[in-house]
Amino acid sequence: MAVEKVYTKPKCLLPLSSGFCPGCLHSLATKLIAEAIDDLGVAEKVINVLPVGCATMNSLYWKLDMVTSAHGRAPAVATGIKRCRPDALVFAYQGDGDLASIGLSEVLMAANRGEHITIFFANNSTYGMTGGQMAPTTLVGQKSTTCIYGRDPDTMGYPLRMCELIKELEAPVYVARFSLNNPANIRKAKAGIKKAMQNQVEGLGFSFVELLTNCPTNWHMSPVKTLEFMEEHTMKYFPCGVFVDKTAKEGE
Amino acid sequence: MAKEFMKGNEAIGEAAVRGGVRFFAGYPITPQSELPEYLSWRLPEVGGCFVQGESEVASINMVYGAAATGVRAMTGSSSPGISLKSEGISYLSAAELPAVIVNMQRGGPGLGSIQPAQQDYLQATKAAGHGGFRMLVFAPYTVQEAVDIVYDAPEYAERDRSPVMILMDGCLGTMMEEVELPPMKELPESPCKPWTVGYDGTKRGGHLITPIYPEAGLEGKNKLAVQRTKRWEENDVRVEEFMVDDAEWVIVAYGMSARVAKQVVLDLREVGFKIGLIRPITLFPFPKKSIANLDYTKVKGLIDIEMSIPALMREDIELQVLGRAPVYEYGRSGGILLDDESTKAAVRKIIEGGEQ
Ligand SMILES: Cc1ncc(C[n+]2csc(CCOP(=O)(O)OP(=O)(O)O)c2C)c(N)n1
Ligand code: SF4
Ligand SMILES: [Mg+2]
Repeated sequence: MAVEKVYTKPKCLLPLSSGFCPGCLHSLATKLIAEAIDDLGVAEKVINVLPVGCATMNSLYWKLDMVTSAHGRAPAVATGIKRCRPDALVFAYQGDGDLASIGLSEVLMAANRGEHITIFFANNSTYGMTGGQMAPTTLVGQKSTTCIYGRDPDTMGYPLRMCELIKELEAPVYVARFSLNNPANIRKAKAGIKKAMQNQVEGLGFSFVELLTNCPTNWHMSPVKTLEFMEEHTMKYFPCGVFVDKTAKEGE
Repeated sequence: MAKEFMKGNEAIGEAAVRGGVRFFAGYPITPQSELPEYLSWRLPEVGGCFVQGESEVASINMVYGAAATGVRAMTGSSSPGISLKSEGISYLSAAELPAVIVNMQRGGPGLGSIQPAQQDYLQATKAAGHGGFRMLVFAPYTVQEAVDIVYDAPEYAERDRSPVMILMDGCLGTMMEEVELPPMKELPESPCKPWTVGYDGTKRGGHLITPIYPEAGLEGKNKLAVQRTKRWEENDVRVEEFMVDDAEWVIVAYGMSARVAKQVVLDLREVGFKIGLIRPITLFPFPKKSIANLDYTKVKGLIDIEMSIPALMREDIELQVLGRAPVYEYGRSGGILLDDESTKAAVRKIIEGGEQ
């Protein structure tokens, strides 16, 4: 009896064991993006820009053309690539320190120019790579190595909601936030990731997909506990949803 | 070929286009803004792309991305803006990406002044960013020479897969001179090369361009970079030696300062002084031999003339002189230009009075 293959490793993911910490949702996001690229059948045309952060490790896992950028500058690097190779599908997958702090200007300006690129934004409320310092997205009261008593908004301000900032711009065609905390939400995220890449295939403008992720290592929680924390805290402050979708064709 | 009367910034913009540059990203800053202004309309005419970056930081990183596709990429700025680009220049070097970077120097340090100066010699030649990398640094002294160097610069950058810097000053950038423009270079249909990213029509695995390496790999790359620097020193030094054969006094000056120095040499020769000029055209590699091999039984002193206080090239000169003759300096700073008469008087005073 022939057995139908219903699940397989994405082709543009190399068969290596992951260097992300156990239970880290960067692993899952990496796979979801690879699956979306496979589904669209566009791997050859993709150029990925790697950020600086734990996700730089994706240079080992994705079988794609890739360029490693300086910390926060991925949207500028992606701009240079896309302008020179409009036929390529250019995306970056950036962390929250990378995108929302040091690279805030680059992402907002690329979004505002309506660059035909796709940005995936992994928001884990911390600087994972450097050992758990406060990120621009660290929640009020959440502890980090640079706010050991918890984020105090009086001196540290409030967590930045990137989707809500970017949705105010005229140019972006797709702005959405998903959470990777449970299978139902993961399925929605996968559809959003695919759409954000599909938009580029169709020559539409700037697409931005925020993914709420975790960092078991620096949150000092078991992976399961991080998922509970996300549901109870992260997702309350960072509501999931599609904020902008201008991709529906005229007359549809 | 017909000559044209062009402003330095615009002339090098046109030279870049003719030399095959098809991507420019930059941010306005005096005294180089005419370069992005010119390229903003000129590049689209030849199918190229201009982006006004939101900052020098973004601009150099756009160039980094463009260079990764194999398209000839360039950026320009002036002193404070070059400081902001320094992280990106280091990354270009580490990732082995070609790019042309123009610095129309202005008074420094800090916001300095918007007038011409030569205060960035050390930054350009010693540490244009962190990490101990080197790059070719050219210092033209006329608009024509700038055109010729910018025209060839993308080829040097591609040959070495390294950034190349053209160190000029606001005077050269904003003055108008007669230039003969070189012909438009033919470019291949596709920018793809074996090391670039982007689908080139043949099936292949993923290709990575990166400025980060495992330890041993990084050390290996740094060793290769040393070999490359040696090759530069052997093959790429450019220098003009003007009336140095019988000279007892030798001025060393580059760029705009060398123009003034040349006039001083001519004037002082007329009144009997045996004086000459060594004009580095490449600041890195520095024309060591021209200075090291002077006849020190004849040479009574060297005079470093710069639009900079202190004279920043002096240490490089002294390393070649090795105490065989005194080294003096004269300069103006803050954006004040050297003028023929005061410079001549200063040189004369040094010669006659041995003033340091
Ligand atoms: C210019 C610069 N500053 C600081 C760093 C150090 N650094 C490396 S990764 C990182 C933070 C990454 O955090 P995030 O973007 O949230 O990614 P995560 O590791 O959490 O996925 C920092 C600050 C750097 N590499 N470059
Ligand atoms: S440090 Fe945090 S973000 Fe980085 S791999 Fe480990 S769990 Fe993931
Ligand atoms: Mg993070």
